[in-house]
Amino acid sequence: MKTFTRLLAFLSPLRWRIALAILLGSVMLVSSISLFGMAAYLIAAAALGPLLVLLSIPIYLVQTMGIVRATSRYVERLVSHNTTLRLLAHLRVWAYKRIEPQAPAHLLVHRSGDLLARLVADIEDLQNVYLRVVSPMVVALVISLFTFGIFSIFSPELAWVALAFLATAGLGVPCLSAWLSRGLGKQQVAARAALNTQVVDGLQGIQDVLAFGRSQAQLEGLAACDCALGRVQRRMATITGLQSALGDLLMNTAMWVLIILAIPMVATRYIDGVYLGVIGLLILASFEAVQPLAPAFQGLGHSLTAAERVFAVTDAPPPVVESDTPQPVQVNPGGYTLSFEQVHFTYLPGEREVLSDISFELRQGLRVAIVGPSGAGKSTLVRLALRFRDPTSGIICLNGQDIRPYNLRELRELVGVVAQDTYIFNDTLRANLLLARPQAGEAEIEAAVEQAQLTEFVRQLPQGLKTRVGELGLQMSGGERQRLAIARAFLKNAPILILDEATANLDALTERALLDALDELTLGRTTLHITHRLLGMERMHEILVLERGSIVERGTHEELLAVEGLYRQLFDVQQGVLTLS
Amino acid sequence: MLALTIVLGMLGAIATIAQIALLSEIVNAVFLLHRGLAQVLVPLALLMGALTLRASLLWGREVTAQRAAIRLKSSLRERVFAHLLQLGPAWSSGERTGELAAVISEGIERLDAYIGRYLPQLVLSVVVPLLIIVVILPVDWFSAVLLLFTGPVIPLLMALVGSNTSKRTRAQWATLSLMSAHFLDVMQGLTTLKVFGRSQAQQERIALISDRFRDKTLQVLRYAFLSGAVLEFMTLTAIGVIATMLGVRLLNNGISFDSAFFILLLTPEFYRPLQELGVQRHAAMEGAASAKRIFEILETPLATGVEPVVEESFPTGPITIDISALSYTYPRKEQPALDGVSLQLAANTCTALVGRSGAGKSTLVNLLMRFMDATSGTIRANGVPITALSPHRWREYVALVPQRPYLFYGTVRENIRLARPEASDDEITHAATLAGVTALIDELPRGFDTQVGEQGMQLSAGQAQRVAIARAILKNTPILILDEPTSCLDPDSEARIRQSLTSLMRDRTVLVIAHRYNTIALADRIVVLEDGRIIEADTRDALTLSAHARLLGAVSTSEVSEGSIERHTAPHSSAYASAD
Repeated sequence: MKTFTRLLAFLSPLRWRIALAILLGSVMLVSSISLFGMAAYLIAAAALGPLLVLLSIPIYLVQTMGIVRATSRYVERLVSHNTTLRLLAHLRVWAYKRIEPQAPAHLLVHRSGDLLARLVADIEDLQNVYLRVVSPMVVALVISLFTFGIFSIFSPELAWVALAFLATAGLGVPCLSAWLSRGLGKQQVAARAALNTQVVDGLQGIQDVLAFGRSQAQLEGLAACDCALGRVQRRMATITGLQSALGDLLMNTAMWVLIILAIPMVATRYIDGVYLGVIGLLILASFEAVQPLAPAFQGLGHSLTAAERVFAVTDAPPPVVESDTPQPVQVNPGGYTLSFEQVHFTYLPGEREVLSDISFELRQGLRVAIVGPSGAGKSTLVRLALRFRDPTSGIICLNGQDIRPYNLRELRELVGVVAQDTYIFNDTLRANLLLARPQAGEAEIEAAVEQAQLTEFVRQLPQGLKTRVGELGLQMSGGERQRLAIARAFLKNAPILILDEATANLDALTERALLDALDELTLGRTTLHITHRLLGMERMHEILVLERGSIVERGTHEELLAVEGLYRQLFDVQQGVLTLS
Repeated sequence: MLALTIVLGMLGAIATIAQIALLSEIVNAVFLLHRGLAQVLVPLALLMGALTLRASLLWGREVTAQRAAIRLKSSLRERVFAHLLQLGPAWSSGERTGELAAVISEGIERLDAYIGRYLPQLVLSVVVPLLIIVVILPVDWFSAVLLLFTGPVIPLLMALVGSNTSKRTRAQWATLSLMSAHFLDVMQGLTTLKVFGRSQAQQERIALISDRFRDKTLQVLRYAFLSGAVLEFMTLTAIGVIATMLGVRLLNNGISFDSAFFILLLTPEFYRPLQELGVQRHAAMEGAASAKRIFEILETPLATGVEPVVEESFPTGPITIDISALSYTYPRKEQPALDGVSLQLAANTCTALVGRSGAGKSTLVNLLMRFMDATSGTIRANGVPITALSPHRWREYVALVPQRPYLFYGTVRENIRLARPEASDDEITHAATLAGVTALIDELPRGFDTQVGEQGMQLSAGQAQRVAIARAILKNTPILILDEPTSCLDPDSEARIRQSLTSLMRDRTVLVIAHRYNTIALADRIVVLEDGRIIEADTRDALTLSAHARLLGAVSTSEVSEGSIERHTAPHSSAYASAD
């Protein structure tokens, strides 16, 4: 219920449009109810053989109600789609505002692809709250009351009976089918997920499946999953079938009961016999308002689950809160020194420390490397340096001052990052570059492209920098993506540079080719080089070897090699790899 | 099953007609003949029967339609999956697996509306209106003719307006999905935006783009909805016209009241199946696109030749493989991936295969595994062409440790047992010990029973490879093909994999795609592949490091002069050879 109220709150800025759509929806139903009622009256009255003139009003109404209904329906669809699209825009901006401070949260970092796509789909699902839930419910209520009013003209008894049937069909049937199918939705989701896992397993592991002669077992596994899904779906089909059958039965039974009740009234002249057919047709036509409620209830369940998932993400407190009175970062012509002082960090209270007792100084103009096996805490360290997270204890300083009081944006402006998974937006190459500095001129862009050694690549493209890239456009290779990231860093021209596994996903040859461009980028910049690939280490002023969150060795390349410790081991493993693939 | 659905649909229509006939009889009796309730009890009871029957038939129709859809989806899904498995890894490799998995699991589900609703409706929309005309004809031929002429106008109009608007509608859905793609794009790139301090500016952009898309979409919808409105107007006006004409004819005593009322009630039933068809068609569209893709997959020809008539088998024992003039060209490629490769893998020797990516190494492995068959040339095992066996039978002689071994969703034990389902727990533990993976397994939260794979614990590449080596040991085949990981492993995995390999290679015919000096050092023979051809093949001692180092340009010459590869046991004796 709380979730539903929260969802309704999103509708309030659009309330007038929604009211208009509901009004139009009601007009549409009233017109078709009138059409059928009038048609029945027309025929019955004509059977009594009056003058044609007396029938001119019913004839006129019967002829025009079609156009009223078609028009009001048309306008209603336009208005409600307009409203839905507006709602969606609101929802997106709202969700973005809430999620933006959390990035890079756990959800957005760890195997994020699917989860994020799910979140985006969930936000989209919320628009249905209006179109499929609120609007049909209100329209059904309006029409039920309208029907009640019409029947009251004949007799209050008939009116109450009609209302009772409408309420049973509109509330009782959906509730019954929701009760019958309780848990089935979840079962279906689970069955589908199991099926999907089976298929993905079979296809991704196809080499192993075939090599070990397991095709038959895979097929049997799929058949079993399919069978389980089929069982759930058959039960759901039985219930949805029951639901529509009950709706139909209630509609016709309502007509049947009303006719039975009306017959004695006709006999006693309480009701004119002319209206007997009208009564039957009116109730049949008014059921059009309550029939969509059963799917609406299902839609509501869906939207509520989606909303809960969305709220779970948006309600999470942001990991970092900017100071209420952010201080501007002092411009320091002498450069910037970033230092970690006894920094400890855990993601969740009670969990193992991801970083423990990290102290080092990245002095102006120097290059420091942080190396270590995967999972040592290197990426967490970068997150702390960018203040995406705050240390659990200890402080991070800029020129000796704690970074927490500073304006976040200005702080991040000082740091350029080349990360391993450079994100490329579905936009032009130019737009992807300009991200780094929107006000950059043509010459600056070209210089950055040149420095990142992308000129040749851009020249080959038919539309040059205007070529669209990313998922929906040109696919760039790993090396090209990293060059784009380097070009961005050149454009941003920040005094501090963080290279976060900048070449991690590249093959050895590409990596080698990229190193020149990276070297040029680090020239004259204070650089923090995070890597598990020990290349160019002899040029580092200091190397910190990280293992399980602690600095286990530190020194220069020569010093560390001489120690015969973890660094030495890592170095040897790497040297054993043929650099030809 | 679908035929049953259609029959139930028709019976439902008949029940509806009966219901309407009874209703008009009752109304006529009470209204014009002034009968009381007691005199119409029989038709009232019959009416109750008809409407109960109608509801039950509706239920039956829904259930049978869905069951038919479920059954069809199942069989289709199994056929597509079986076909994909037969097509093998060469066809369904890499990023394609995601799309293919989506087709099998979600794509097939989308056929629901097409099978369960659209197909039966297609038949009913012709049969039911005709049935109603046949019923009306003896009552009032005039109305019957009127319906007969207005009825076909609806599908005609639908086809006419539909082909025009469906293009627009499709364009509209394309814009809508583009809009959500943009939002997803921004969310995925959020960290990047933040690093560049651009994340807040995006907020306005989302609103702006949404607005722009809304305007465009509404322009399209204005036309798309028009067809629906015209359709609705047409039917309702037709009902209005028929009601008016019936009224006028009643005044002139041209028709009786009960007939007129009967026809008035039947008229909407005449148009209803046609209107429903329009609605279902829309829902079925989605399924049609999936269906197209599904049949594309099913029609892809298999890469392996026909099954052999006589199954040959080899005596157990060592196997020598002779590869002669083997060539393979991928479909729609001009350049052969393998070009006349001849090579002998002598029994119980280890051959290291080196070459750049794209040199043809994986193609050779795929052919050796019979994931596909060569364009020309043969592979013989102890003199018997491997195509004389079914792929399935041949693979029983070969164990494969791929570069990125796949761990299935299940326990570690199940993942190892995959190699030999009848293996006992002891045998599995033994294989794990030989593969040097027991220490790793002991560290897992539930040991051998820890769930791994997609939804379980994620093992690192090195750890997964060790599990795969245990698999290969358990399978215990005379031939072993191994693809080394290219990436750096952690020092621990590195050392342990070397140990396990040494025990695995003993007494087998081994082909290893090598990426490490140390692995090459273990081999009896080294083969260098480039552009689909063997450019050097020699024993390890004869093929010096300098020879292939020059070839591959990977190592500076000054280091090379220090000597040839030796069989190293010390962990880093060749370490400096490739330092820059």
